[in-house]
Amino acid sequence: MSNKKSVPPGAGRNDDVEERVKDERSKRAAADEPTGFSRRDFIKGTGLASVAVSATVLLGDEVAKAAGKAQGEGKWIGPGPVDITLRINGQARKLQVEPRVTLLDALRNRLDLTGAKKVCDRATCGACTVIIDGKAHYSCTTLAIDAQGHDILTIEGIASEDKLHPVSQAFVDNDAQQCGFCTPGFVMASKAYLDQEANPTYEGVQKALGGNLCRCGTYMGVRRAVLEAAKKGGRA
Amino acid sequence: MDYKWPAADKRELIGKRISRIDGPWKASGRIKYTYDVNRPGMLYGRMVLSPYAHAKVVKIDTSEAEKMPGVKAVQIIFDEGKEVLWAGQEIVALAAETEEQAEEAVDKVHVEYQQLPHLVLDTTPDKAGAQYTKQLTEKATGNPATGFQEAEVTSEGRYGASVITHCCLESHGQAMEWEGDSLKYWASTQYVSGVGGEVGEATGTPASKIEVITPVMGGGFGSKFAADTWGVACAQLAKKTGRPVKMMLERDHELMVAGARPSMYADVKVAAKKDGTLVAWDSQSWGTGGPASGGAPPLPYIWQFPNSRVKHTAVLTNIGPDRAWRAPNHPQMCAITMCAVDDLAAKLQMDPYDVFMKNIAMAGRSTPSFHPPKIYAEELAKAAELFDWKKKWHPRGQSGPGPVKTGVGLSIHTWGGAPNQSDCAVTIRPDGSAAVSMGTQDLGVGCRTVVGIVLAETLGLPLEAVTVNIGDSKYPPGGASGGSTTTGGVSSSTRYGAVQALNQLFAKVAPSLGAQPDQLEAFEGKIRVIGNPSKSISWKQACAKLGATPITATGKTFRPLTSAGVGGVQMAEVSVDTETGVVRVDKMVAVQDCGLIIDMKTAESQVYGALIMGVTYSLYEEKIMDQQTGHCLNPNMEFYKLAGIGDVGELVVHMMTGPGYDDRGVIGLGEPPVISPGAAISNAVANAIGVRVPYLPITPPRVLAALGKGGMA
Repeated sequence: MSNKKSVPPGAGRNDDVEERVKDERSKRAAADEPTGFSRRDFIKGTGLASVAVSATVLLGDEVAKAAGKAQGEGKWIGPGPVDITLRINGQARKLQVEPRVTLLDALRNRLDLTGAKKVCDRATCGACTVIIDGKAHYSCTTLAIDAQGHDILTIEGIASEDKLHPVSQAFVDNDAQQCGFCTPGFVMASKAYLDQEANPTYEGVQKALGGNLCRCGTYMGVRRAVLEAAKKGGRA
Repeated sequence: MDYKWPAADKRELIGKRISRIDGPWKASGRIKYTYDVNRPGMLYGRMVLSPYAHAKVVKIDTSEAEKMPGVKAVQIIFDEGKEVLWAGQEIVALAAETEEQAEEAVDKVHVEYQQLPHLVLDTTPDKAGAQYTKQLTEKATGNPATGFQEAEVTSEGRYGASVITHCCLESHGQAMEWEGDSLKYWASTQYVSGVGGEVGEATGTPASKIEVITPVMGGGFGSKFAADTWGVACAQLAKKTGRPVKMMLERDHELMVAGARPSMYADVKVAAKKDGTLVAWDSQSWGTGGPASGGAPPLPYIWQFPNSRVKHTAVLTNIGPDRAWRAPNHPQMCAITMCAVDDLAAKLQMDPYDVFMKNIAMAGRSTPSFHPPKIYAEELAKAAELFDWKKKWHPRGQSGPGPVKTGVGLSIHTWGGAPNQSDCAVTIRPDGSAAVSMGTQDLGVGCRTVVGIVLAETLGLPLEAVTVNIGDSKYPPGGASGGSTTTGGVSSSTRYGAVQALNQLFAKVAPSLGAQPDQLEAFEGKIRVIGNPSKSISWKQACAKLGATPITATGKTFRPLTSAGVGGVQMAEVSVDTETGVVRVDKMVAVQDCGLIIDMKTAESQVYGALIMGVTYSLYEEKIMDQQTGHCLNPNMEFYKLAGIGDVGELVVHMMTGPGYDDRGVIGLGEPPVISPGAAISNAVANAIGVRVPYLPITPPRVLAALGKGGMA
């Protein structure tokens, strides 16, 4: 998977947009991406196309080849709908999507899993955060076809319907939410962090959640909630 | 039983720290927002937007789009021959089977425009020219000329705040579904009981046939009162296709047109006696709210100068129209006024705290129920104590060696917060259940919880034992949630309805307790005789006496339980890197009053949130327009910047309670705490670096420009 969430190097996320972009680029370049196909490849395709004779043809070629590679078959698929299977919350879910459909739109529009929200739609705000193979990802910039073969966990899958996950409970208890539209993304990013960090620190929380944005201004509650959830078994 | 709020020692729930009752719905991700509505057979709507800031629409050709895969209907929104006045104005809406198909079809609508000249920069009125300006006010109080002559110290400066947007995380939009001639309307709205009217008018549907549904909504901040062009178009697309249609604004559209706070700038001259007494004010202000002129915000803010002269001119621009932004005009007026007074204090070589205290009798206008000087004096003292102001303040620019300078600043603010008109129905059933229904909405402020607390408190029940039904227009009409009017409206209405219902229940059970109804009280799940608690009956037993007939009572906003007029003080501590121009807010203290507080926990959250929004508009967010193209350059969330969790330092909130506050009744809280951050942070930056950075947001280039190190003004 190529779409790992970028955590800003410093505590502040606004002073260093350029840095973050560079950082992300180098991380992606360094990462081992045997089957990767992301919007990044798509954009690379666009870049190439700008010097090519026919933009459309070359772009389609890039997309199709990458998509075929993603399925490990080496054949061209799309642009029409293709059958895919996603492993979501431990269940295999079969669906038909065009290769251009993002994981977020597949979850929300095809499977009615609407906990992950669509806000910026370009990997900035974290409202769409899901956990893929144990790591927080922006589902708005992950293609559904590329998520095949991976374990996808959405907020609907972290607790049974009649129970609250300890992280969600800590968000309630610490009033770490107002309008609540960013909240599922924060809960998932917090869970991914706590799953990897048994002893979270204040600074660690700021870094781990640096890729999520809230407009109502709930960060005070979020800081308290994550630290409290860790104490109360947030890794459950 | 009386309507008045219970005395402090009798309050079981009111004023306590109570978690919001819809918290679990949100934190589990299971509650459906408007954006989350999925209906069988639902289509997705998308809109074609004007690429020009000012142009005549010559021809609209939708024929190719209509043939695109998945497209089911096309609706022309904007007539040929009319002029668009901002980029992003909606021209055509269409609905398709999938979101991707709708997006693709939008590109196949061909619109021919005739471009016209535009202005998108909120430049000074003289640069904008007569065609783009409208002088709105010029007036004087006292004798400004004499005032300035008699003054001993005069300070002049330019101050202001740029256009910012609302940037609601749930974008504007709706889902619509017709069942015959009735319409289900899932709306992300601040006005559940009223937003249907606009759609009804456009589609010839009586209000009684439109059900607006908003159990929760993802932020409004003043931008979501109307159905808007997209609401009407969505209803038309749903009608044409006979299928449900959801049409939510995409992020760029949201930031371009669905909300903007007007800019405001001013050249200010302000004067005082040597002892700090304020004597005269002069301001020439301007700003833009888009193509319409709007009003003239009344300067100076709060301080009642004996002599003043003000002139305000609107600059008419081809940016999206403004919408009410949390505390309309107040943050801008506050920044202009409090920064000017702070500069004057620096020139007087006085601590601004002392200048504020010196002039406290001039702080605001008193009403029979609101005495601002007293409130500000108490709040300034409390804030200074929590912030350790006297230890932290230093004369301007004297923050020691090294490139990173620290400084402190303060500001005061005010707001009304009188109640809106909200009706409700309170029901008590024979099985002991109790519910309140009201066509109000919870924007995330805790309205649902407040209503529940008041009902439970009044009936002497635990919060879990009552049901709150809001967010649907089928309930008794609630007012719009704007201007901090909701809490006063819904809490007094619920109290009124609950007391009426309870009195009916008392009448039923009084004989069995051998008492008169007016001798009874509801407390801890019992109905008991006042002064003789051993004579009691459980709530369940009491309700069982109703037989088969539930009690229903109607509540309405009851002004004696509410009030209007609040103060508020904020102090900020910042670090400024004079080499890079980067400002960090290290600490803020907010001291806030709002009368009787129903839920301390969500009230504090409102203030924390306001401080964070304040840090954001003070340092980061700005709608940047390009005069060449007429476009907004940052209609996305990478470059329209919101503060992240690491950008916000330590925040301290103190709510004023007890005698003098609680006894005023309930007053709204949403707006006031978002007003002062701009002024407090700007003043702290000036204190740190010794010069004023004139405009918000205080970006690194503006800091460097003020320091004379390059950058841009």
